[in-house]
Amino acid sequence: MPIEVNGKSFDTDEEGYLANINDWEPGVAEVMAKEDDLELSDEHWDIINYLREYYEEYQIAPAVRVLTKAVGKKFGKDKGNSKYLYGLFPYGPAKQACRYAGLPKPTGCV
Amino acid sequence: MSETIKQFLYLNRKAPYGTIYAWESLEVVLIGAAFDQDVSLAFVDDGVYQLTKGQDTAGIGMKNFSPTYAALGDYEVKKIFVERESLEERGLSLDDLQHLVWEDEDDDYAEKDSIKLVSREEMTAIMDDADVVFSF
Repeated sequence: MPIEVNGKSFDTDEEGYLANINDWEPGVAEVMAKEDDLELSDEHWDIINYLREYYEEYQIAPAVRVLTKAVGKKFGKDKGNSKYLYGLFPYGPAKQACRYAGLPKPTGCV
Repeated sequence: MSETIKQFLYLNRKAPYGTIYAWESLEVVLIGAAFDQDVSLAFVDDGVYQLTKGQDTAGIGMKNFSPTYAALGDYEVKKIFVERESLEERGLSLDDLQHLVWEDEDDDYAEKDSIKLVSREEMTAIMDDADVVFSF
């Protein structure tokens, strides 16, 4: 089902992931978050932007374990745990944050 | 957590594009890395092309997945064996391959080389020593 962002329509797959990663703009994340009744804070954006950088560099979405470790290193040890990430993204950091970031569903994520 | 740690060897023999083997192998490695096993990768024959630098897939309309090999260190894959003879037979050397590293947390996140060149004889021993060999 396509999503509407600022009057533009974006194609998504059957699970709600953006069909084309290059279509992404910040408004996509805002609209997806709103559908989940979530207000995006700076902390959310840290993760979303990090995921986009990771994908840009490695062409894959990181596994949760890899993401958790990287977040701890980049944003502080107190944030490098799944409790913190699930606090931000209750549907799972990999699935929910990757979807907001316009990335495909992470490899091996079921 | 598994109680028995097995040595898994992923054996890559084919060129990166043209067949799906190289990408499938890499995906299996990344998924399997979550299971705390002892993982090694081996590149022999045309498989050595998978690690070459400067791949450009624009002409064949396929995704260039070569940047993904650089993520292997994040997935705790630290042992990547490349057969010297396979490189030489193709006019390649270590310099033609990506510089793959992993970060050693116990050594102040020092970057350490993942790729190790081995002879054909050593490669035979590596295959012998593995508990499980996945051939792609």
